[in-house]
Amino acid sequence: MLARLLLEDGEVDDVVDKLSRIVDFVDQLQAVATDDVLPMAHPLNMSQRFRDDAVTETDQRDFVQENAPSTERGYYLVPKVIE
Amino acid sequence: MTTSGAIHQRSLRGLSDGLSQGEFSCRELTEALLSRIESYGPALNAFITVTADAALLQADRADKDRASGKSGPLTGLPIVHKDLFCTRGVRTTCGSNILGGFVSPYDATVVERLAEAGAVMLGKTNMDEFAMGSSNETSFYGAVSNPWNKRLSPGGSSGGSAAAVAARLVPAATGTDTGGSIRQPAALTGTVGLKPTYGRVSRYGMVAFASSLDQAGVITRTAEDAAMLLGVMAGFDERDSTSVNHPVPDYVAGLSKPVKGLKVGIVRQHFDEGLDAVCAARVRESLAALEEAGASLVEIDLPNIGLSVPTYYVVAPAECSSNLSRFDGVRFGHRCDDPEDLLDLYCRSRGEGFGAEVKRRIMTGTYVLSAGYYDAYYLKAQKVRQLISRDFKNAFEKVDVIAGPTAPTTAFAIGEKTDDPITMYLNDIYTIGANLAGLPGISVPCGFADGLPVGLQLVGPHFAEETILACAHQYQQLTSWHDEGPEEFA
Repeated sequence: MLARLLLEDGEVDDVVDKLSRIVDFVDQLQAVATDDVLPMAHPLNMSQRFRDDAVTETDQRDFVQENAPSTERGYYLVPKVIE
Repeated sequence: MTTSGAIHQRSLRGLSDGLSQGEFSCRELTEALLSRIESYGPALNAFITVTADAALLQADRADKDRASGKSGPLTGLPIVHKDLFCTRGVRTTCGSNILGGFVSPYDATVVERLAEAGAVMLGKTNMDEFAMGSSNETSFYGAVSNPWNKRLSPGGSSGGSAAAVAARLVPAATGTDTGGSIRQPAALTGTVGLKPTYGRVSRYGMVAFASSLDQAGVITRTAEDAAMLLGVMAGFDERDSTSVNHPVPDYVAGLSKPVKGLKVGIVRQHFDEGLDAVCAARVRESLAALEEAGASLVEIDLPNIGLSVPTYYVVAPAECSSNLSRFDGVRFGHRCDDPEDLLDLYCRSRGEGFGAEVKRRIMTGTYVLSAGYYDAYYLKAQKVRQLISRDFKNAFEKVDVIAGPTAPTTAFAIGEKTDDPITMYLNDIYTIGANLAGLPGISVPCGFADGLPVGLQLVGPHFAEETILACAHQYQQLTSWHDEGPEEFA
């Protein structure tokens, strides 16, 4: 549910079995001593670069929305959210 | 053989020479390869899309440019792209049903730079869904066959690219490498696969899988061709926030650097019981050849390298679960029929759109990032990643490159490893370390085991592409493994 994925009934057993094996496999990391180690978030240990807050893109809404399953007057259509 | 002879047997360098000397036109070259793709592509299932008409238009323009002296470094030379690179006006599926019918509104930087240099795109290659796989079996468009034996997998995830180059359908293909997805298929198909340093090539327009690991590269038959392409692809791109502003050297000029005096590290842990004995013998012979040419071999340890696969299978799924949240059935991609409400729309669109391996990774990632487990899994894995990275750093104080096997075995049968994800994951045991540490790596053909290709992997320090390309190139001057192709596709 957290992943927003619906599984078919037939898929569930296989998913449970394989996910358990994956979690068991990565559990071996728990045995590693890492007390004085900093977590590594970036392979070159760089920080994110900022850019100027300036408009660089032109309006391509209609073109971009050609990929959308459902739109109306420039908006993306979804089922009603508020009753 | 790669520089003269039949068009389809030639390297990019050989084709470039042929075009310059007027042996054939860009159009003739493009037609010849399109005809091979038409004849052999379907049996291998190497392509998702062939762009014949656009390619011929580009080829005609390339002929005009060559005639008027306006040619760039790759004018008229053929290339195919892994179907993970966005191409304006041509569908980009990423091997997934969820992107069925998606046409990108823009070109990936890699696509744009190669096109600007004059390369002619012939099509887009099959791949594991969202690059999640080591066998090309997770593709919605079906498995790809290995040209050396069609019952076998070409590896993955850039399996279509590797199969197309190995079968001499094209001399070069782009790929991406998050845990070995360029190098492993290159090894299993007898081709050259280069994964550059993290940040060396722009990721803009690459459908994201694991953003701290993903890197674009190439599959070719020679290191020289890989150098030609990298020179065009590499360099700073402000549209990728992880792109590194580091000068791009002349990689082709750097190839002449001899291996004499090169310190080559051999990782003790890479030759343990996990490595097939015949593959090990081929790799040791290639190391002996480098030693003969003047390199010195130094045994080194990477004490934590054995933890690279479990570390990867926390970090990569975590990042994947975040990146793939963009596929929501709202703005682009597959949407389920008649959703009851917004939640139903999300859950069913994603449930129908993603395949089993992608779902497993999203769920693994969601689990390791969830409250209560974040420290135990994700943070822990990032710390172990630091240890692995530190091991490499220490090693590169003693050696210039690290050499060893690319994959533990030769190509395996399609279907052989699909029941157990862990067995499949362990296929990347020698390649994942370079991704975790952000290092450049290349796989070069180094012989055969029972008639199937074996790959030698060279890994260098950050931004040492010149060193590994030169070493690979010099090795290819000493050997002719890269000239041997599968007989069926001669």
